[in-house]
Amino acid sequence: MREIRLALLEADVNFKVVKSFTAQVKERCLGSGVLDSLDPGQQVIKVVDSELGALMGGASRELALAPSGTTVILMAGLQGSGKTTACAKLAKHLGDQGKSVALAACDTQRPAAVEQLATMGKRSGATVFEQGTERDPVDIAEWATAQARSQGIDVLIVDTAGRLHVDEELMDQLAAIRKRTKPHDILLVLDAMTGQDAVNVAETFAERIDFDGVLLTKLDGDARGGAALSVKAVTGKPILYASTGERIEQLERFHPERMASRILGMGDVLSLIEKAEEVSDADQAAELERKIRKQQFTLEDFLTQMKQVRKMGPLQNVLGMMPGMGGKAAKQLREVEMDDRELDRLEAIILSMTPAERADPTMIDGSRRKRIARGSGTTVQAVNNLVKQFAQMRKMMSQLAKGKMPDPAQLMRQMR
Amino acid sequence: MPVEWEQLIDLGSREGAGPGPPEPEHGAEPGDRPGRLRRLRERLSKSREALRAELSASLFDHLDDETWERLEEALILADVGATATAEIVTRLEQEVEAGRVQGPEATRGRLVELLAERAAAEPPRLELSAKPTVIMVVGVNGTGKTTTIGKLAAVLRERFGLGVIVAAADTYRAAAIEQLEAWADRAGVEIVRGNPGGDPGAVVFDAIAAAEARGADVVIADTAGRLHTHGNLMEELTKVRRVTAKRLEGAPHETLIVIDSTTGQNGLRQARAFADSVELSGVVLTKLDGTAKGGIALAIAGELELPVKLIGVGEELEDLRPFDAEEFAGALVGE
Repeated sequence: MREIRLALLEADVNFKVVKSFTAQVKERCLGSGVLDSLDPGQQVIKVVDSELGALMGGASRELALAPSGTTVILMAGLQGSGKTTACAKLAKHLGDQGKSVALAACDTQRPAAVEQLATMGKRSGATVFEQGTERDPVDIAEWATAQARSQGIDVLIVDTAGRLHVDEELMDQLAAIRKRTKPHDILLVLDAMTGQDAVNVAETFAERIDFDGVLLTKLDGDARGGAALSVKAVTGKPILYASTGERIEQLERFHPERMASRILGMGDVLSLIEKAEEVSDADQAAELERKIRKQQFTLEDFLTQMKQVRKMGPLQNVLGMMPGMGGKAAKQLREVEMDDRELDRLEAIILSMTPAERADPTMIDGSRRKRIARGSGTTVQAVNNLVKQFAQMRKMMSQLAKGKMPDPAQLMRQMR
Repeated sequence: MPVEWEQLIDLGSREGAGPGPPEPEHGAEPGDRPGRLRRLRERLSKSREALRAELSASLFDHLDDETWERLEEALILADVGATATAEIVTRLEQEVEAGRVQGPEATRGRLVELLAERAAAEPPRLELSAKPTVIMVVGVNGTGKTTTIGKLAAVLRERFGLGVIVAAADTYRAAAIEQLEAWADRAGVEIVRGNPGGDPGAVVFDAIAAAEARGADVVIADTAGRLHTHGNLMEELTKVRRVTAKRLEGAPHETLIVIDSTTGQNGLRQARAFADSVELSGVVLTKLDGTAKGGIALAIAGELELPVKLIGVGEELEDLRPFDAEEFAGALVGE
């Protein structure tokens, strides 16, 4: 339970949310007798996962657009959360669905914010309504709404100045914009990297403008986005969209279930260790290490190893949990593109070998190759590749083993 | 005693640094400074109030398990992070149990000391002795790089009489150049700009040339915000740095990363990735006028030995100030 608590805190889930969450998990575990079961670790993780999924809240959903007339969407958030960019991305997203979209430039505060929206708006294909920075943003918003209505535009997205939730004056202004434009939807734009303070921010914005949902930005970073969970838990508002890159089309519908695994899973060494402990028994590991040292590692061992790794879940997830797999390594990983189907093929090839062949692949000659290829539904070439790479791998492993156990991920990569 | 600008800025033996410390404009209005300081204090206090609710003055009156739990909670809520929090609380608890720290006042004082030590081993310095000095400003999107540059340019010009040129090397984001232009205008400094989508390295190159030609003292380079996970963008930044170093020996003399104080534990990863790409020399902690306490700065200072040098507390030109470890530590625990 301590590990779960730490993992959530490191993911920036709010302290209070973590506290009530772990209490809930504990209760459920005790109630269902999970801790007395054969594999308590795995069971606890299951409970955590399902509770976290429930907390993140159901399936993904889209904004509710008005059945007729102009739908007004108001965007609000702190400075630097990415409102202006998000406005343009949302405009593109809705435009791609065949809607006519306009943007209202009501950030008169930040220098050049109007120019930024105008440029990005053009890129997204939306009309931009702006009146410079001299007029009151409340008036601009009202004017833009009237313009959009008279031009029969489907969706008007209102960009506002970033503001701190403690800035009374600007929060009043936001409330006034809301009152005058009567938006159908209000989105809070939230930076995925936000820390513990996300709760204060969300609570204040909910209180003042009662937003309908959240647009989560900068999810292409390596933040685990615990703030999203905190906001959902505290305000009950769903996360609707996620911004995932620098390009204007990189806005997606938000998938709560994926977020749950990101918060708990990504880069999470702890759960990897836990999982590894569950699936691999210590004696087996010691035996394996001995074999590797003596270059006696066989295809049979490789098969066992592979099965163990696969017990931990889809390969991408497992690799994602490895430390140092973010950033550059993740990029390389994508290039390697190890997928589970490839592993299926490898498994089939090895299973089509006789025990003697698995122990000593050098004995596999032409006719054996043909038989194995036929048996596994692959080609002679695939069998060839496997045998060749296995020899290379064995060499590499014996070098590696001078220090420590080889990293199964590296093994897999080499195996490809 | 708050840290003064004069303690932060190291001009070395530079000559012709203008009127020096006393700023003529403000000297004429004696009422201005205390008023300004009061405003700063008010703004800072907002971020303290939230925590004060968590950490009452009487917390250390009776020391029991709940005390330490409450303290832990307060630090975690300030984004100090679970690991650092555990270390600090354990250390304080041990010292109290060993009898080395006694009484509520001393316990609180020791706590602030422990936090301040982590935030900064020694008073931060901004190294501006070279002429021209190049300051490169980097960070993820939306942390307040351009705003910080505007404010810093204003301080250097007004308070220290330095000739400042800002380089608009964020050629990527729409209207970023216009934004910096507006700030340069307000600060009364020159700007060197390239074209949208142009080579950021070339802009810095030109700005250094302009500084040399006009005898300017400081070049502050704005760069495009980028997530530290985008390898190609980080490489571009490394290249800008390389171009700068090639053009002028020893440059950039300062490379500051701007961190938003609302950032959580990801701030450490950001700092680490940028440090790998461009060798950072310090941190600017922005948006401290909200309720976020910026505790992540402790982790960054502690783990990467990167001192916080400046803090941002508002949107006005004068809302940038030298970092004061003790004041910051005090604010973390609601003093």
